[in-house]
Amino acid sequence: MSNYELVCGLETHIELSTKTKIFCSCTTEFGGDPNTHCCPVCIGLPGTLPKLNKKVVEYAIMAGLATNCEISPISKMDRKNYVYPDLPKAYQISQYDMPLCKNGYVELSNGRKVRILRIHIEEDAGKLVHQRGSTYVDYNRGGVPLIEIVTEPDIRSIDEAREYLEKLQLIMRFIGISDCKMQEGSLRCDVNISVRPQGTEAFGTRTEIKNMNSFTHMAKAMEYEVNRQIDLVQSGEKVVQETRRYNEEDDCTESMRGKEDAHDYRYFREPDLVTIQVSDEMVARLREKLPEPPHQKQERYMAEYGIPEADAQQLIKYRSISEYFETAIDGVQNPKVVANCMIGQIFSRLEGDSAKESFQVNVTPENLNALVKLLDEGKIKMNLLKATLEKMLDTGKAPKELISEADMGGVDTDALKAACEQAIASNPNAVSDYLSGKEKALKAILGAVMKATRGRADAVEAEKLLITLIQK
Amino acid sequence: MESQIKKLSGLMQSRQISCQELTQNYLDAMERDNKKINAYVNPTAELAMEAAKAVDKKIASGEELSPLAGIPMTLKDNISTKGIETTCCSNILKGYYPIYNATVWEILQQQNAVLLGKTNMDEFAMGSSCETSCFGGALNPHDLSHVAGGSSGGVASAVGGNLAVYGLGSDTGGSIRQPASFCGLVGLKPTYGAVSRYGLIAYASSFDQIGPITATVEDAALVYDAISRYDEKDSTCRGNTGKPASESLNNSIKGKKIGIAKEYFDGIRDDVNDAIQNAIKVYESLGAQIVYFDMPSLKYSLPVYYILACAEASSNLGRYDGIRYGYRTPHYSDRNEMICKTRSEGFGKEVKRRILLGTYVLSAGYYDAYYKKAQNLRGTLVKAFQDAFQKCDVILAPTVPMTAFPLNFTAQDAVETYQTDICTVPVNIAGLPAVSIPCGFDGTGLPIGMQLIGNSFSEPTILNMAHQYESAAGNSVFPRADMGVKL
Repeated sequence: MSNYELVCGLETHIELSTKTKIFCSCTTEFGGDPNTHCCPVCIGLPGTLPKLNKKVVEYAIMAGLATNCEISPISKMDRKNYVYPDLPKAYQISQYDMPLCKNGYVELSNGRKVRILRIHIEEDAGKLVHQRGSTYVDYNRGGVPLIEIVTEPDIRSIDEAREYLEKLQLIMRFIGISDCKMQEGSLRCDVNISVRPQGTEAFGTRTEIKNMNSFTHMAKAMEYEVNRQIDLVQSGEKVVQETRRYNEEDDCTESMRGKEDAHDYRYFREPDLVTIQVSDEMVARLREKLPEPPHQKQERYMAEYGIPEADAQQLIKYRSISEYFETAIDGVQNPKVVANCMIGQIFSRLEGDSAKESFQVNVTPENLNALVKLLDEGKIKMNLLKATLEKMLDTGKAPKELISEADMGGVDTDALKAACEQAIASNPNAVSDYLSGKEKALKAILGAVMKATRGRADAVEAEKLLITLIQK
Repeated sequence: MESQIKKLSGLMQSRQISCQELTQNYLDAMERDNKKINAYVNPTAELAMEAAKAVDKKIASGEELSPLAGIPMTLKDNISTKGIETTCCSNILKGYYPIYNATVWEILQQQNAVLLGKTNMDEFAMGSSCETSCFGGALNPHDLSHVAGGSSGGVASAVGGNLAVYGLGSDTGGSIRQPASFCGLVGLKPTYGAVSRYGLIAYASSFDQIGPITATVEDAALVYDAISRYDEKDSTCRGNTGKPASESLNNSIKGKKIGIAKEYFDGIRDDVNDAIQNAIKVYESLGAQIVYFDMPSLKYSLPVYYILACAEASSNLGRYDGIRYGYRTPHYSDRNEMICKTRSEGFGKEVKRRILLGTYVLSAGYYDAYYKKAQNLRGTLVKAFQDAFQKCDVILAPTVPMTAFPLNFTAQDAVETYQTDICTVPVNIAGLPAVSIPCGFDGTGLPIGMQLIGNSFSEPTILNMAHQYESAAGNSVFPRADMGVKL
């Protein structure tokens, strides 16, 4: 590998999360009984005509703006002709030579830019289902809107490919145009890959690996394919330009079809649809709507709020999380407390990625905000905040419903001293354990103090006081 | 010429005839005469009587109805009708019952039209004689040894044979105007985008347009006014946003400029030329001015049309694979074989020829030489018409260089047959409206037609010009066949 350099470009298909399909008003909802999300248009009955969904154009423009693309003021739809049973018109309506967006880029953490050649809109096909020895066709997915994002061959390592795709996924989720779930097929990726000796300019012959359905598979497929190509080149053989697929079972790539079997799609302009015109006003309006890009957000969280990188990354993983965070920190002295509450306590209540994505929790961001403000005002201490947050997560109640006026304002020094002395007196075993070097024993005594003060005491202060009193 | 639609509508409104009686007259005539001319491939007698009954009820209750209410009519068999078999006269679509209505049929149903049945056509509208129909061709009601023309031959045969008051056809390269001309009728090909194509089974999407075939110009105007509506289901359709065409029929045409482009007259038969020269004289007598000019780019029309229309057809017809509807071959061992055999057995020869032609001109390596070049020339032709309409209000031209073909004429030489479309295809390329009207007879008594071509959305103008000629020339050029319903 070290003598060779990998050259890679990605073609990524992303299903847009518009409510309706690209050319009709059927739902885009995933699943459903076969052929129940269909109408005469999306099953291509004779005489039907497509009608372009404006939202699809808007979403694609947002994707373009978020990846630094130029938006074409004029573009058109084309027909891509090929025969397959899941394609009921025998052509896919796509964009060929006038894509909606072009010439953008995504910047990687090492500072390199992966240039985006184009983003175009198109319709998805249906699905073949093999059952009981027969093949059935389900057209529910047919006509679901897709964008295809094509990069220049700017990627130079598997890590870069992975980072690019993760970044793309994050951006698209953030601007709210797709859920980008690889396992459900709402994000799919084809990898174009070749190798060349380090330090040379000319591209080697490339192969295309189709339909990567997870990050892990993509990395494995690339690894295998790079090594295969290097082996070929080193042994004096030629890499054949072809389309390959990744075989999960054997962890290898295998040939699907060669160049000579490549389809001639006979692209031509879709006569049933009119020219797509995008005004400057429309672009400006969509740019306005675009949220702060996730990576800019992450940097801001780190710089402005002093949140560690790992935590900041967690907070921008989904748009819903960052929105929650930004509502909860409103007017708060130290946003880091909010971040800790979310990552420490709230996240532990959410199982799995999809729960984090929807971020449906019992505590509203407004209630978390109110709770942290009580801390800011000195009305409660950190341990009471934590205990209350747990109760809030259990009950969904507001902090004021859970903390009485009496509990607020903490415990004065005399009362704390009294409580500590009481705890030491009633836990002689723990005290002797502590004195004999078992530091953990102090926790039991501290627990008694907290119990006696109903959690109002400042745990740090109480611990200090306990040590002083015991060692006296 | 008195409007048939208005006359019948008046008879029904004044209770001189009920819609059921009228419809029954047509159904009886169809029973008797359709076998002579093969106009209808799928009569819908029961539905027609049901619709007629509903109309009679509405008339009895005093409901205000459109002039089209209760008028017995027909639709070409490529217009989708929910629950009524729609075959495009192709074996591959036999047994196909649409689950939705074409927009034009929706509109006409709202106006209480009475559908007598679906009419014959060249398979998928590909042909000039109706003889590529899988049901055999429709015959010319004026001479049964000649064709009705194509591709909307069944509509022309039915209306010309007095087996329908009017019908809707489709015109991709002349398929309304040519059979109208052959059968002595009025055929209007509207501006591209005036009438919704939703539900019209596509042959060549950027050329196809639905329009009426009628006995008189006023009838054509009334039907055009009814169907030329904006439709959100067809992105290319804006409808007629101007005045109704039927309101300006009686306007004076004094001072109107009629353009004559000499290329339209190259190679036309002498008797056709003579008839048109006579029509020019009629127009002059009505105060119109004749201007002569050249349109050299018209010579590209035929190759441009056949390249682009076939290219679109090859894509449009890809969906007939036997998987979802229509014909499927009974014997096959795998999916590919099933699709191949279904298409080989289901499509006729002319359709296969055009699919192959279209596939070829779009193929890598040939695209630039054919498709792209033809697209560029399409632009040239659009420009040529724009220039011409700087000089005149309408262009007058023959509809077809000859009169109706004898039977089996078109089967002999495809290219020779394509050449007979020379006068009709230019307006489809440019998306313009044109109306064909009768203007005389040949030596054997077959009708001759001429067409008036207008600028985009100038249907009121061309129909006004047509109506003025019709009024001046009168019954001498408008033939009536001796069959069907006698009004």
